[in-house]
Amino acid sequence: MSGALLHVQNLVAGYGTADILQGVTLEIWPGEMVATVGRNGVGKSTLMKTIIGLLSTRRGSISLKGESITHLRADQRAALGIGYIPQGREIFPELSVEENLMMGETINCAKQSFRYDLVYEYFPILRERRRQVAGTFSGGQQQMLAIGRALVGRPTLLLLDEPSLGIQPSIIQEIGQALLRLNREEELTILLVEQNMRLIEHVAVRAYAMDKGRIVANLTLEMLKDRETLADYLAV
Amino acid sequence: MSLGYLVSLLYQYADSIAFLLLAALGLMIILGVVNVINLAHGELIMMGAYITTLTYHRAHLPLPLCMALSTIGVGLFGMLLERFVIRRFYDDKLGALVATWGVSLILSQGTLLVFGPSLESVPLAAWTFSYGRYSFGGYRLLLFVIAIAIVLIAWWVFYHTRLGVRTRATMQNADMARALGVNTRDIYLLTFGVGSALAGLTGALYAPTTTIVPLMGNQFVDVAFITVVVGGGANPIVGALTSAALLSLIATPLSSTLGTFSGRIGLLIAALVVIRFLPRGISGYFQDIRYRRMARGVS
Repeated sequence: MSGALLHVQNLVAGYGTADILQGVTLEIWPGEMVATVGRNGVGKSTLMKTIIGLLSTRRGSISLKGESITHLRADQRAALGIGYIPQGREIFPELSVEENLMMGETINCAKQSFRYDLVYEYFPILRERRRQVAGTFSGGQQQMLAIGRALVGRPTLLLLDEPSLGIQPSIIQEIGQALLRLNREEELTILLVEQNMRLIEHVAVRAYAMDKGRIVANLTLEMLKDRETLADYLAV
Repeated sequence: MSLGYLVSLLYQYADSIAFLLLAALGLMIILGVVNVINLAHGELIMMGAYITTLTYHRAHLPLPLCMALSTIGVGLFGMLLERFVIRRFYDDKLGALVATWGVSLILSQGTLLVFGPSLESVPLAAWTFSYGRYSFGGYRLLLFVIAIAIVLIAWWVFYHTRLGVRTRATMQNADMARALGVNTRDIYLLTFGVGSALAGLTGALYAPTTTIVPLMGNQFVDVAFITVVVGGGANPIVGALTSAALLSLIATPLSSTLGTFSGRIGLLIAALVVIRFLPRGISGYFQDIRYRRMARGVS
């Protein structure tokens, strides 16, 4: 086996009778921050859901650190160290901010301790408002909470689905900075789905371009810095 | 109106609240967390009463121990039920309804076959005290204290333990809880066990006060369902408390002036009125208000 942290091979998955993913193959190496780009509806979120295990794998395989996780449930995959931050955040609206963070404790069962200190350092507003009911947060604050919730449990791999969606530009930039620091200082490996060009070129070292449920191109850093190339893959 | 009459009304009010809470809480917790309407709830209560009565008369154990055995036994039975029957119906709510109804028939008819039409009751502790012209049963007051204690314990577990946080998160968004590493199957298994154990305890506690027959669950289950409908499953604890308090407020004066039957009719009418205006029950109404406030961005 290769030394890839995450290895996805010929993955087929979908809803009902439709296969949304039609044979996705990708590899993420330890310490990388990789983006997945593509138009709406090409299967980026489906890919993330299938990797964490909320959608079942129909064909193909997924392995983490060389071990197959294809037949594990979502909670077992999380316990192995995958932190998932879904599109739309999906924080628990009726729990307090602190209780939401507590929900990340079950990620990565091999860890020795939780990372509340790190989360509060990156997002001080979460400490200030830890008793507040999370449903009252703005979109940007909810995104920080969703990222913090995944970080508390010391994940080895972060799956981040469109963090910029519906969030004001200044907060997108703040989140981008946090992701870069996490990647460099905590050596956290991140697989990111994103449509925001500025965020992609700011944080990613390379990207997979998706179309119609397949990976159609492997974009290097130079290609990501070239606005026109990137725009081609994001354009409708 | 004399002070004695007021005290007597208050006593009946407490007695009614205890009955509604103990009858409904297990059903409500299962509905709220697992989202299954357990039609076998009354038979689980019956099972608790039978275990207490049988261990008391045949094994000659002290009554509190018999009651503890009922609670544990019915709780374990509930877990087996979840593991081998209910779990298969989580994607099929109507199927779950029919399956639990089937279980209830098997339990009541099986009890009739094995133990016959009735059992000799456990003697009721003869603690009484009087105030003015009225005399009160101490055991009934004990039931009220136990009912309140159970609600307090449930509230504490729900709001002040990690298990409670995980359970509430599972109620709000089970997929997300799973994606964060919570084994929601275990949460459902445990919740079903706890709800069943509460049914077993209820049967055990009321065993000395009623006749022990295979269909005895019915007298609990009709008021339990009314309490659940009025309280709503959005928050089992707030729902059970507010609903029991409100319904008892209506049923107590009716029962005490016109008799128990009128009290039951009053409960039904109250339930109809409440669900006409609050279709998701009292706790569902509170939840809707909270979500509306969240949408406006105020806490």
